[in-house]
Amino acid sequence: MTRVDRQSWDVVVVGAGGAGLRAAIEAREQGLRCAVICKSLFGKAHTVMAEGGIAASMGNVNHNDNWQVHFRDTMRGGKFLNNWRMAELHAQEAPDRVWELETWGAVFDRTPDGLISQRNFGGHEYPRLAHVGDRTGLELIRTLQQKIVSLQQEDEREYGDYEARLKVFQECTVTRVLKENRRVSGVFGYERESGRFFVIEAPAVVLATGGIGKSFKVTSNSWEYTGDGHALALLAGARLVNMEFVQFHPTGMVWPPSVKGILVTESVRGDGGVLRNSDGKRFMFDYVPDVFKEKYAESEAEGDRWYTDPDHNRRPPELLPRDEVARAINAEVKAGRGSPHGGVFLDVSTRMPAEVIQRKLPSMHHQFKELADVDITAEPMEVGPTCHYVMGGVEVDPDTAAAVGVPGLFAAGEVAGGMHGSNRLGGNSLSDLLVFGRRAGLHAARYAAGFATGAAPAVPEADIALAEAEALRPFGAEGGDQHVSHGPAENPYTLHQELQQAMSDLVGIIRRSGEMEEALHRLSGLRARARRAGVEGHRQFNPGWHLALDLRNMLLVSECVARAALERTESRGGHTRDDHPGMDRRWRRVNLVCRLADESAGHAVTDSALGLIRLERQETPPIRPDLLALFEKEELTKYLTDEELTS
Amino acid sequence: MSYQAHFKVWRGDKDGGGLVDFEVAVNEGEVVLDIIHRLQATAAPDLAVRWNCKAGKCGSCSAEVNGRPRLMCMTRMSVFDPAETITVTPMRSFPVVRDLVTDVSYNYAKAREVPSFVPPKELGPGQYRMKQEDVGRVQEFRKCIECFLCQNTCHVVRDHEENKTAFAGPRFLMRVAELDMHPLDAADEAGIDRRRGAREDHGLGYCNITKCCTEVCPEHIKITDNALIPLKERVVDRSYDPLVWLGSKIRRRRT
Repeated sequence: MTRVDRQSWDVVVVGAGGAGLRAAIEAREQGLRCAVICKSLFGKAHTVMAEGGIAASMGNVNHNDNWQVHFRDTMRGGKFLNNWRMAELHAQEAPDRVWELETWGAVFDRTPDGLISQRNFGGHEYPRLAHVGDRTGLELIRTLQQKIVSLQQEDEREYGDYEARLKVFQECTVTRVLKENRRVSGVFGYERESGRFFVIEAPAVVLATGGIGKSFKVTSNSWEYTGDGHALALLAGARLVNMEFVQFHPTGMVWPPSVKGILVTESVRGDGGVLRNSDGKRFMFDYVPDVFKEKYAESEAEGDRWYTDPDHNRRPPELLPRDEVARAINAEVKAGRGSPHGGVFLDVSTRMPAEVIQRKLPSMHHQFKELADVDITAEPMEVGPTCHYVMGGVEVDPDTAAAVGVPGLFAAGEVAGGMHGSNRLGGNSLSDLLVFGRRAGLHAARYAAGFATGAAPAVPEADIALAEAEALRPFGAEGGDQHVSHGPAENPYTLHQELQQAMSDLVGIIRRSGEMEEALHRLSGLRARARRAGVEGHRQFNPGWHLALDLRNMLLVSECVARAALERTESRGGHTRDDHPGMDRRWRRVNLVCRLADESAGHAVTDSALGLIRLERQETPPIRPDLLALFEKEELTKYLTDEELTS
Repeated sequence: MSYQAHFKVWRGDKDGGGLVDFEVAVNEGEVVLDIIHRLQATAAPDLAVRWNCKAGKCGSCSAEVNGRPRLMCMTRMSVFDPAETITVTPMRSFPVVRDLVTDVSYNYAKAREVPSFVPPKELGPGQYRMKQEDVGRVQEFRKCIECFLCQNTCHVVRDHEENKTAFAGPRFLMRVAELDMHPLDAADEAGIDRRRGAREDHGLGYCNITKCCTEVCPEHIKITDNALIPLKERVVDRSYDPLVWLGSKIRRRRT
């Protein structure tokens, strides 16, 4: 048994992207000691990839904007499945969260009046996205990072120690949330560099680990996105909601193969880019669904006029919510009207002068030039859907971000579920991180402050030993556990590739019941083999070992996605069923909730019918009347049942 | 379009190591990081490499490819002759942790030494007004992805470990310049003299504008021309202009 390093903090934040850093800042500003644990270096989290902007109804470009309009757009984008209270808080608080960033040193693009500029984006009625060119995520992460540094500088002046009250444990991975009885008592993890284990005792843990994209083959997500927080929450007894809703961003790069999936920002369309098929046709005009018919242009001429005269014209259908555009591209490619490398054409070169493209979309220009030899000022890009975001996540209390059922556990950002319903609008992610990151940090701090010194839940020694044994298993994998899985050691990279293939082929953008059953079957086989995922070498910075441990999380989360997707017999947002193509109003009030099966050890691992996840249907609370009153009755009839409308 | 390439990859840790030879498949459109990943999946599962976004946005996968500091994710294999041996080594200016991973804590330590943005007292959130033309230069510097290639390349520390104490490096001198050019930074009111700090605390004087940092910047930021030289000029104005010097003394006496 190795020695485990132990420390005590008030609040532990797992993840150092936008939500995690915002939570940490808040907890520290509440006067508590806060530790941040992140898999990458500080400042490299996946938030850095966000391009388009932060949605906030500041009304700087169009004065008609306000939180009510933003709320409406968010609910429409999510096909009314959203947790309406989260959508309300998000729309109300987003402007304050953006303005606050300026006081921490963020430098957004400006309007001619010197205000924060705002750009158009899919599903947003008015120009709403605060941005910095197409590198808004970098600005966000750097600003939060620098704010943390400034708080550390304060502590250095006061205590002579930069890390007295706020410390970032970088390149560390948490593998277990620890509890005493029902309550959170800390986390167990390992340091990548040394391979050493550590325990941080803390009564409050904020999960801010992002998403699950690395379970899919074509994804815009980085290696960190292995569903860690989702799995940690399940293992700690929390529940996941809406896991069937996975967003495939319509425009990822499709060529060359090594960059397939890398994101092409929606700003390309927001700023005037159009989608064409191999016949040169702007096909999106054929794909406007009934619920959006009145909101989108009917002709190219009208759509083009909208960019300069939005008050008298409707927006082009290229700016429909992402789920609609992704499905349309998928259909065009399937119908044989795709581009040479299996995508469609996204063109800005015929839409605006080269110098405007270079100014507005510098990263995209750079990305295509460097990685694909394509000059986007002179020729169209080839794009296709890429796994981008999971709407589903930890079931939380909307006001406090507290995970339901696990006192001391909080979740914010992509790892939390509910806010975006069945489909997230572009730009609503960065604002989500800030609004709910702050709330999670605030309420985690208040919760932790409620324990007198020495009265916080303790970390059980036996659980540390179990967590340690679990983490060390890949080093003695051969032979495996007699009861569960027996055979030679498995290569974790091979298992990961097979998992990605299965999820992309069988639980991807278009789904069928038979295929999802097959996916569950393959997942059970992979689960068994993953128990024997073995690694060579030692524990110091060993990526094979890290992947072997991440597989547990990806397999758990993938099972949630597959089970929930099989259960929901309708199509809505990021969940499209070939065998149930219509949206069913009766399904709107149903959330599918995943929890870990009580009998999760032993044989359930290998049994595809049983598996590790139990699924429940949960009715959602009715939308508050004053929020419903923000919509026209006629629109509501498309989403709500007659029963809901009359009551 | 596929071919077998010959790679030499440095493997080892702080106690030493050396180049290890690999024959590995290369496919059309791939970058150096793809090949490193293929080595992990096939020949060397414990080969340590730091990476994240694989799209040139996070600045994690910095290394030296054939001796040139670069991001591995943005170095296309097509720039090399298929017959050429590709040598991948860790950044030279930072201590090796393992294989291609280095200890970059020097940079985080330097980041903490630069006084943060000081918000103007009289303006609340939402009241900031800045012209685009006044923030363009600051935004250029904020494009920095902190890959630390400039820090690795700068000869002030690359060949002189002992200078690390006194020298913040191009990345963090650029950070000082960024804050000094921010239209609303209120450092002066808080008693912080950024220009004096650049010279006395961060070692601006060590820089002799050889522009090595600019050459390796994957974001094509003109670090030397737009940040370091103007900062030097401002420092010189402040230090040697007798009127400015007198002014600063008089103002100080008044407070």
